Amino acid sequence: MSLEKVVIRDSAYEIKPAKIIRKKVLTDKEQMFEIRFNNGEYLDHEPGQFVEVSILNAGEAPISVCSSPTLRGSFELCIRKIGKLTSVMHNMEVGDEIGIRGPYGKGFPVSILEGNDLLMIAGGLGLAPLRSLINYVIDNRRDFGKVSILLGCNTPQSILFGDEIEEWSKRIDVSFQCTVDRADPDWKGHVGVITTLIPEVTINPHYTFGIIIGPPVMYKFVIRELLAKGVPEDQILVSLERHMKCGLGKCGHCQIHNIYCCQDGPVFRYSRIKNLRGAI
Amino acid sequence: MSYVVLEKEQLNSFIVQLSAKQKVVAPVHKGYNGYAFEEVQSADQISMQYIPTIVPPKKYFMPQYETLIEYDLNETPKTKVVVEYEPLVIFAVHTCDLAGIQCLNIVLSDRPKDLHYLFRKNKLIIMGFECNDYCDGYASCALMGNHLPFGGYDLFFTDIGDDYLIHIQTETGDDLIERMNFIKEARPSHLKALEDLRTKKRNIFRIEVDVGRDEIPALFDKGFDHSVWKEIGDRCVSCGNCTNVCPTCYCFDVMDIPNLDLKTGRRVRVWDSCQNEPFAKIASGESFRAERSDRLRHRFYRKFKYHNDRFNRFYCTGCGRCSRTCMAKINLKETITALKKVSI
Repeated sequence: MSLEKVVIRDSAYEIKPAKIIRKKVLTDKEQMFEIRFNNGEYLDHEPGQFVEVSILNAGEAPISVCSSPTLRGSFELCIRKIGKLTSVMHNMEVGDEIGIRGPYGKGFPVSILEGNDLLMIAGGLGLAPLRSLINYVIDNRRDFGKVSILLGCNTPQSILFGDEIEEWSKRIDVSFQCTVDRADPDWKGHVGVITTLIPEVTINPHYTFGIIIGPPVMYKFVIRELLAKGVPEDQILVSLERHMKCGLGKCGHCQIHNIYCCQDGPVFRYSRIKNLRGAI
Repeated sequence: MSYVVLEKEQLNSFIVQLSAKQKVVAPVHKGYNGYAFEEVQSADQISMQYIPTIVPPKKYFMPQYETLIEYDLNETPKTKVVVEYEPLVIFAVHTCDLAGIQCLNIVLSDRPKDLHYLFRKNKLIIMGFECNDYCDGYASCALMGNHLPFGGYDLFFTDIGDDYLIHIQTETGDDLIERMNFIKEARPSHLKALEDLRTKKRNIFRIEVDVGRDEIPALFDKGFDHSVWKEIGDRCVSCGNCTNVCPTCYCFDVMDIPNLDLKTGRRVRVWDSCQNEPFAKIASGESFRAERSDRLRHRFYRKFKYHNDRFNRFYCTGCGRCSRTCMAKINLKETITALKKVSI
């Protein structure tokens, strides 16, 4: 075939060059990268949104933004080494260039959350996207009611953002609790799955939004606990993980029934997805 | 409404004259029951009587491999967003495939728009061709209402005996035939022949299954747990043929293909299939449609429910390709019929 070729502008696949300006090893599997657009632009994301990270030769992968939009001038990505792009990313250093598309999707509806109590529940790597909301709430603390954070992790070694967790637990305006599935001899905290923390939290369900992010297996158990506490279905927010290959509602990979996680989500009210089999 | 006629004997002059100016593709017989859209220079290469081509004309609108970005790590900027295209006349496109192209147009012009697709689509000229009778028993075009043309072409050809009656739908189509002095104005007798043909077609094309089109949404609304999904899931081999040949399947993957120097390469969009097991898998390994029955059901729901909810249009054209190509003999007409029966 004799193909003709034209360079186009404004394509949704166009990537914006950005640089790694800081890199931090969090665990043996996760690293955090602080990213700045080469042109200095502001990402302007909502907490809970994601970007498509692009490394030429390795491809693209959807990664949630783990910093709050209140951090201006740069944004942060917490990346677990699990596939091709993430492995390449882990070997990159400060000053190296990546590409960014996005932000994409519907994040946490912060204006709706304002004035309400928040019960935020994260499992494992789910703390990364939730951190974007936690830090947003902390930076705008007086706009929200009571704020509780529950975190469940496999082991003490797998806990992310250890320094920040320490700060959150010291704050008087945030209640923070953590549990691990399997403790080691040095662990002095709670042991057990995340659901064991929920009964101890006192909430006023009428004014509480439950926010859940974690591995797929976690949702139904945590949702059951929140419903048992009387939190209405439309005040339970979940962020669903799917492999968004295009981020544009086209490629089909992230489709759950008739919704596209990349455009209609990844954050959904439980009432919206509870009847969609396979969603959680 | 503007109609002209082309004597069948002049079809060769038409194709020769057309292909002298630009590339023309048309259905070509490939042996046994196989047909494919390929480049032609004369009418004798074309099979005017053809069953739907193995791969629909979507291959021109959304090629199996399509470069989105070319990159060079030594350049600034490193990337160039490109559209690869080839101006073409696609000749003798059946009405089911015209509907398929319309389906793709709707999805890819929905926001956020796919500029790559939209640019390429405008370089393609479409000449439709009416089916006067069924191609074979796999088709369900009457069920989907696609045995008649509803736009989507520049010119539309109907076999009315000794002539082809041509409906001119666009200025582009008109410009193409303006220079051809062997094309004549249509007379009332030609239009009468078209009317008679359409009347005759009403008796030929009957809804192929015991299900009306209006019934379909309700069947799918309540059919999610129907035993038919397990039944066809047990037979499915997840080969993905059904999605490759489907005129409205457009799911894709985006990947980089580096050149051997590892400095240059291209980011491509490649056809993917929801029938492949890894399609709905996430990084940690969970697959959200792990069973073949889940994946087949998903595909059927995309054709008859999900897109219908979004775009108010069925994403099955009734072309019959999925049934024709299925190695496990999973048949769309049988599946729809079974869905109406009581689940076992």
